[in-house]
Amino acid sequence: MTAIWCDRCGVARAEGDHTACAAARELEPPRYCPDCRRRMKVQVLPTGWSASCVEHGTLSPR
Amino acid sequence: MADILDRARTQVLERGVGLDESDILEVLTIPDEDLTAALQLAHEVRMRWCGPEVEVEGIVSLKTGGCPEDCHFCSQSGLFTSPVRAVWLDIPQLVEAAKQTAATGATEFCIVAAVRGPDARLMKQMRAGVAAIREAVDIQVAASLGMLTQEQVDELAEMGVHRYNHNLETCRSYFPNVVSTHSWEERWETLTMVRESGMEVCCGGIIGLGESVEQRAEFAAQLASLAPHEVPLNFLNPRPGTPLENQPVLAPRDALRAIAAFRLAMPKTIIRYAGGREITLGDLGTRDGLLGGVNAVIVGNYLTTLGRPATADLELLKELSMPVKALSATL
Repeated sequence: MTAIWCDRCGVARAEGDHTACAAARELEPPRYCPDCRRRMKVQVLPTGWSASCVEHGTLSPR
Repeated sequence: MADILDRARTQVLERGVGLDESDILEVLTIPDEDLTAALQLAHEVRMRWCGPEVEVEGIVSLKTGGCPEDCHFCSQSGLFTSPVRAVWLDIPQLVEAAKQTAATGATEFCIVAAVRGPDARLMKQMRAGVAAIREAVDIQVAASLGMLTQEQVDELAEMGVHRYNHNLETCRSYFPNVVSTHSWEERWETLTMVRESGMEVCCGGIIGLGESVEQRAEFAAQLASLAPHEVPLNFLNPRPGTPLENQPVLAPRDALRAIAAFRLAMPKTIIRYAGGREITLGDLGTRDGLLGGVNAVIVGNYLTTLGRPATADLELLKELSMPVKALSATL
């Protein structure tokens, strides 16, 4: 499924340029669910992270 | 070579006496052509007074977000429109984070909470967490829980927390521009109680909050007067939704000047590379800092942002022939 929302800024991916968001995401976990733009509960551990959306489940590093 | 470096060589390298505020300012404003020499001298000072070992630490956020304070750089304040949501780690997650940290060879594991100061629930969670970590992992436990009462200082010391972090963040004269919900003096008070308890004092701050270079010198001098065991040096990573989200990232050369100046102000203190080094100095900056006065690093991820892979830092230390400080050397 193609992401609808930018997982960093929460704006629709189709709106505007998200190049800077993509660059920032190299050093940040996602904050918004890419499917519904809800703010996710994010836990950052020393060697990983997880981000949970109440509707769409948990994301972790690829 | 700049006169200040000649003076620093005699005073700091040979006698181990840190520079005063006006000399720190000279290092912070040293011309580009003298910066390499300043970093080289800072490195010599570190090697002479601290040795080649590097202290490696991991940090984790026990309680993220929802903080009632308004520190303008922080994405965890509940007063800003930051995308960071409030979340707690449970004890098994905390132990797992400590295990991940120990697996990197780190000797320090710092538990951090985004709070004004700990309440009964947080102190209870700390007690359970510290006990569980000490049972399962061979690592020193540090804590950073905001401002403390004397009873809380005593309780943390009794739990076995060996070092307490409480950053002053910036100099006294600039602090009201950065935080309005509490004062610099309140932070200082906590640090005084921590020192008197016997716990090690860890106190640093963030460079690039919009302070002037004179205020940066003021900050280094104030930290030196506190004489902390460790100074974590952060560089502002402007976070979305915070009042400082549009603050420009510090110029790399100014970050390196700060590293050299802070080392020359505090020749015998652990100076730790903390947050923002990746965005300010890039991959090569870690090497420059470690050869310019830094003798400790936070490896892996930070509290809400990600860091370089721990393996990248550890490989660099090996390449630079800087051994990771052993746990036995910290006890």
